[in-house]
Amino acid sequence: MADATRVLVTGTASGPVVVLDEPLSFWGGFDPTTGRLVDTHHPQVGAALGGSVLVMPAGRGSSSSSYVLAEAARAGTAPVAVVLGEPDPIVALGAIVAEELYGIGLPVVVVPTPGLVTGRHVTVRADPDGTVELAAD
Amino acid sequence: MPGSLTLSDDDRATLAGERGDGARFAMRILVRTAEAMGARTLLDVSSAHVDGCLYHGRAGLDFARRLIDGGAEVSVPTTLNVSSLDLLHPGLVRLKPETETEARELMDAYLTMGCRPTWTCAPYQLPERPTLGEHVAWAESNAIVFANSVLGARTGRYGDFIDICCAVTGRAPASGLHLDGERRARTVFRIGAVPGRLLEDEAAFSAIGHLVGRAARNAVPAIVGLPPSATEDQLKALGAAAASSGAVAMFHAVGVTPEAPTLEVATGGHEPAIDVSIDLPAMRAARDELSTVQVGTSVGSVSIGTPHCSTIELRRLAALVEGRRLAIPCYANTGRDVLAEIPDVAEALRAAGVTIVTDTCTYITPIIERAATPVVTNSGKWAWYAPGNLGFDVAFATLEECIGSAEAGYLVRDQETWGDG
Repeated sequence: MADATRVLVTGTASGPVVVLDEPLSFWGGFDPTTGRLVDTHHPQVGAALGGSVLVMPAGRGSSSSSYVLAEAARAGTAPVAVVLGEPDPIVALGAIVAEELYGIGLPVVVVPTPGLVTGRHVTVRADPDGTVELAAD
Repeated sequence: MPGSLTLSDDDRATLAGERGDGARFAMRILVRTAEAMGARTLLDVSSAHVDGCLYHGRAGLDFARRLIDGGAEVSVPTTLNVSSLDLLHPGLVRLKPETETEARELMDAYLTMGCRPTWTCAPYQLPERPTLGEHVAWAESNAIVFANSVLGARTGRYGDFIDICCAVTGRAPASGLHLDGERRARTVFRIGAVPGRLLEDEAAFSAIGHLVGRAARNAVPAIVGLPPSATEDQLKALGAAAASSGAVAMFHAVGVTPEAPTLEVATGGHEPAIDVSIDLPAMRAARDELSTVQVGTSVGSVSIGTPHCSTIELRRLAALVEGRRLAIPCYANTGRDVLAEIPDVAEALRAAGVTIVTDTCTYITPIIERAATPVVTNSGKWAWYAPGNLGFDVAFATLEECIGSAEAGYLVRDQETWGDG
């Protein structure tokens, strides 16, 4: 299951890609008031994630990450889509709540080798039938 | 994927709103999350531990109000994690007034739904705790890893929002660590030659947990070579650190934890993806990775109890500080129920100048002043998160080194214990 492409949360979103080399815990690692990565242990500390198509190998750490992701969506500082290397229910849940509470679509997909490069502008389409499309704009 | 999840008649009734709009909303979130997790069914849980009561912004309050407005109430015994405030010690937390008001509203919202005001990240220290094989829905990464590993109870890696949805519906996705096959170790860590004296301290277990979390990420690790006498406090420290540096939700300590009588049982006979040794130099490297300041640096305070101190840890702390003059503030985080069990120890700690913090924790809410940094701690979790959360410098140390540093006013190391030099 961990190796297959999957849709965790459906939706369509476009933005510039930010590829993280290591997993991120949104709680403790991301500031929802600024949209920046603040985990001092992370090699990309300081990276601006707001509005991005965030690509990372996995989720990590705190179970408060779903709250922080939903709060960032409410505040307009969240990534517009998350592409994970392996499934992470905590990231998915944050996106589900953002949609249920605020009607903000934040697709979350699992693509083991997405082939995306930081800075490129892409559209993520995650369909209810499980189809994932990552298209360069 | 949608369609692969089969609901019971009761689940469908809840989803249709027959138990009220709040329960309907909770079931809807639960079903969507269960689908994302690839679960095929939901299962009954006997308790829940809810993390959503810690304030991180308006979204949490909006969510809780949506449930309350729909009349949602918990259907299983539900404990609450730490909050942003210390209700027993007003004035200790220095939040902006409007943030404090919303943080308090969030706490009250969870009480309105019938949760117990435990306000602790260590619900496993409370008298009623789940037992081997019992399905529960716990949030808070250290509580999750403790429940699965040390108690042998079964919980997924639940987070804010889904925790209360499980508590309201009494259901959880039948996936992940609820299932036998998912509980087998996929990685193996072998503790090499480490001085016995070091292995007596929780800090050693934090360092091991830190290394395990770094390498195992979200796979279940088996750890070989921990002393059979390892205490719950030590295993707590290990799990908390592993759940911070990685997404570890369960570990096996071979010969110690209930589902790991042998390595073969822990792995289910499968070949591990990683099989590595942890030796003394690796543990020193972990200690140094968790510290942003060097030996001899002037330090501003000490923080103990992340996760919350047990009665045993508070007694040990009280014995260590007795008769010593602390040159800097020393904070001990614990749960209000634990504290109520040992009023004499609490009194001794206060008399020695230790500030006791309940209901919250020094690494998530403003208690320690910037002037009182760097902070020395024996918690791998505190040391991992504080530099990012609070912007503080930190030193990771054994409990004795913490108190020695509090006495000296600068970071001291016991070179013999760590085998430095």
